Amino acid sequence: MSYKAKFKVWRGEGGEGKLEDFTVEVNEGEVVLDIIHRLQATQAPDLAVRWNCKAGKCGSCSMEINGKPRLGCMTRMSTFEEDETITVTPMRTFPVIKDLVTDVSFNYQKAREIPSFTPPADVRPGEYRMKQVDVERSQEFRKCIECFMCNNVCHVIRDHEENKPAFAGPRFLMRIAELDMHPYDVAERKDSAQEQHGLGYCNITKCCTEVCPEHIKITDNALIPMKERVVDRKYDPLVWLGNKIFRRKS
Amino acid sequence: MEIERHEYDVVVIGAGGAGLRAAIEARQQGKRTAIVCKSLFGKAHTVMAEGGAAAAMGNVNSDDNWMVHFRDTMRGGKFLNNWRMAELHAKEAADRVWELEAWGALFDRTKDGKISQRNFGGHEYPRLAHVGDRTGLELIRTLQQRVVALQQEDYETHGDYEAYIKVFQECTVTRLLKDASSVHGPAGAISGAFGYWRETGNFILFDAPAVVLATGGIGKSYVVTSNSWEYTGDGHALALLAGANLINMEFIQFHPTGMVWPPSVRGILVTESVRGDGGVLRNSEGKRFMFDYIPDVFKDKYATTEEEGDRWYTDQANNRRPPELLPRDEVARAINAEVKAGRGSPQGGVFLDVSTRLPAEEIKRRLPSMHHQFKELADVDITAEPMQVGPTCHYIMGGVEVDADTGAAAVPGLFAAGEVSGGMHGSNRLGGNSLSDLLVFGRRAGLGAAEYVNALPARPAVAQESVDAAKAEALAPLERSGENPYEVHHELQRTMNDLVGIIRKAEEVSEALEVVEKLKERVELVGAAGSRIYNPGWHLALDLRNMLLVSECVARAALLRQESRGGHTRDDFPGMNPEWRRKLLVCATPDGAAVTVEEKVQPPMRKDLFDLFDLGELKKYLTEEELGNAE
Ligand SMILES: Cc1cc2nc3c(=O)[nH]c(=O)nc-3n(C[C@H](O)[C@H](O)[C@H](O)COP(=O)(O)OP(=O)(O)OC[C@H]3O[C@@H](n4cnc5c(N)ncnc54)[C@H](O)[C@@H]3O)c2cc1C
Ligand code: SF4
Ligand code: SF4
Ligand code: FES
Repeated sequence: MSYKAKFKVWRGEGGEGKLEDFTVEVNEGEVVLDIIHRLQATQAPDLAVRWNCKAGKCGSCSMEINGKPRLGCMTRMSTFEEDETITVTPMRTFPVIKDLVTDVSFNYQKAREIPSFTPPADVRPGEYRMKQVDVERSQEFRKCIECFMCNNVCHVIRDHEENKPAFAGPRFLMRIAELDMHPYDVAERKDSAQEQHGLGYCNITKCCTEVCPEHIKITDNALIPMKERVVDRKYDPLVWLGNKIFRRKS
Repeated sequence: MEIERHEYDVVVIGAGGAGLRAAIEARQQGKRTAIVCKSLFGKAHTVMAEGGAAAAMGNVNSDDNWMVHFRDTMRGGKFLNNWRMAELHAKEAADRVWELEAWGALFDRTKDGKISQRNFGGHEYPRLAHVGDRTGLELIRTLQQRVVALQQEDYETHGDYEAYIKVFQECTVTRLLKDASSVHGPAGAISGAFGYWRETGNFILFDAPAVVLATGGIGKSYVVTSNSWEYTGDGHALALLAGANLINMEFIQFHPTGMVWPPSVRGILVTESVRGDGGVLRNSEGKRFMFDYIPDVFKDKYATTEEEGDRWYTDQANNRRPPELLPRDEVARAINAEVKAGRGSPQGGVFLDVSTRLPAEEIKRRLPSMHHQFKELADVDITAEPMQVGPTCHYIMGGVEVDADTGAAAVPGLFAAGEVSGGMHGSNRLGGNSLSDLLVFGRRAGLGAAEYVNALPARPAVAQESVDAAKAEALAPLERSGENPYEVHHELQRTMNDLVGIIRKAEEVSEALEVVEKLKERVELVGAAGSRIYNPGWHLALDLRNMLLVSECVARAALLRQESRGGHTRDDFPGMNPEWRRKLLVCATPDGAAVTVEEKVQPPMRKDLFDLFDLGELKKYLTEEELGNAE
């Protein structure tokens, strides 16, 4: 049941490059990453692509397939017509290093700018007691495999280099929400989300949610609630403190 | 061109659970620490671990404690384990898991708000701390975020995030460097590491008195494996080439349940939690065949009827566990035998069914990634139909021989932790014992390295000749226009899979050794087309040296060990032999090319640990002499 597919793959390094045409064998059950690997093994040994787990767990193989951000290892060839030409390009928001590999250091830099988990000083390891319902919200966000496709797709930075310094992107705004909803985190997160990490830039278009391979409801469950918390806090600064104390005691 | 050069106190090679925990410890001890890894930060293999981390916290069953965990670990490893490591592991795992919670990890909870624990093969009580079936992701992300937290602290005090701990990602180490003289410290001590940036192909040199290897496993020497491209046995080979020893290399864990279809995902793991949470194995006749495969040593610990096995999930005090939860080596061999006997599934595995055992909603809640994985990759809805599964090369028990307490290898300044180290798991690892191993021994190796550096009179020096040699070695494939490295790799994978796989025979293993010799010659000739920039063909050409060395160790040790135990099954020597239990096979490469293997006697178990077992049970494993000595 194998057939020959037509591929266009972006190739190049150092800021230059073009789409190259390939005709390549496809077998039953294969995914786009398998085809890229076949190209490496048979036609283009130096074709650069990132991958690790090949099971949608590590978030390494982010690329744009026919213009849509996808994990190469989770995109089955059977979702395309046999005579369709499949175009594979690197993520657009980040500088290309070579072929399908981009420089994602923006994301690591943003991760570092967000203050870490801050538990109360008097709770010792082993003493944490949390109800399943209270950890579930943050657990949803911790499913994130850091594929960075949400940051790649968000229009605030996709074609706006100038917004990058002021905007953490959906991935890391969600990280702030995750910490804010952690039952034991005591750091102030709302003002800083708005003022330092650019929550205000987000106009809830939900493009990030649509591409998330983990199906995390980034906009509905992290960004919008976070915006609401910011507003609440603006009206009543005691709400935040009260919430924390109440949650700790319950 | 000048080679980029960095000075550190401790260089940790590997950013999985073991490497990150080691680096955190070294930094907390005030050491300037580098973390070097082949992938992006946060993507190491640990991210794929699913089921959980074993630690006797006793949250679900309060009868659990370190002694029960220790006994389970020794039984799982068929008593070949380094008992001191098994002891430290069982005693310290709980603290290491609790510490993660204080760093922000969010494990699933029990009703009273503690960390929930799940059942797994070979563990007497529910013991695995977990987050659904993505525990490895939680573990690595938490450690990654802990590293960031330390960097933020350093930014506060020194104005530089990377003042004390820096990650060199997508950077591959190809050689460890040693001091040529004994002027600066112990003779032949570690003085650094040499590698290349994947992105540019430029070289990098670390000047450091201590190196911690945390490079993971070797699965990429096999065709059917749950392991990623990173698992080319680099750390194993680096240690050998630096003069350290590897032990237990014949013991490879074939996980019983890997996906078998479609072909392109063959080998990808199906977590043991499926069975821990109630999933059962059936053959083509619909029979739960595992009841036929309970070995004598485990006869009184496993249910003999389906009814008893099913009752166990809700009442563990009065029932024995179902045989689907036997240690992995037993289950893998059973599946292999069923398939060979013609009772396999259409695609060459057996059936693993959870759809008739749990409500659909419960399956989606407890096993979300498995549900997702089968739906996306195989078009199978596991809440409605069974999966087809078969054994896959998963984990290597063997690795660098280390001191249990400090992780120190035979070469001064070299430390190892995690999958790359050997001893802890004996001949077979229990599920969940790896994640806890990473934390316990990662911390110990980081501490060991820091203390070693504190005690050094002077920094060992990097010898220019060894840097030049490492550079020439790395450039060689680019300068040749020989065979494509993918072909050599593929032949090695087939050879190891077919000839040194789950069931081994002397003739086949000897044949594999002959192939390996020929492949070694071919590797000398492979060429990599293209530039030095992010060139996977070149990277593979360099990895082949490591895969071949490690494969040779596996095959040589497998040929010598004339018994079957844990992850080593000899068709021509089917039984376990107490004489062999006392012996370790130690691999080394004195000339840097050929592998030698020597026997070494294990030290006898300490009296108080010995006394934790029933003498009747020990009789199944130990020699008369050993039993007599302990009286
Ligand atoms: C699918 C799957 C599921 C699993 N599930 C479980 C489970 O539920 N419970 C459990 O206990 N165990 C589980 N295991 C086993 C466990 O995950 C691994 O044994 C463990 O994660 C290994 O961790 P590590 O820190 O030793 O190495 P890894 O996490 O593999 O990290 C190795 C690191 O070394 C780096 N590296 C390697 N070579 C070089 C080099 N030459 N230069 C620079 N860097 C290098 C890599 O880039 C990587 O960062 C599972 C394994 C697999 C494959
Ligand atoms: S919802 Fe907000 S963060 Fe997400 S893509 Fe739209 S603007 Fe960006
Ligand atoms: S939130 Fe989703 S899309 Fe964004 S990085 Fe994480 S997994 Fe990827
Ligand atoms: S390779 Fe890990 S997500 Fe695709």
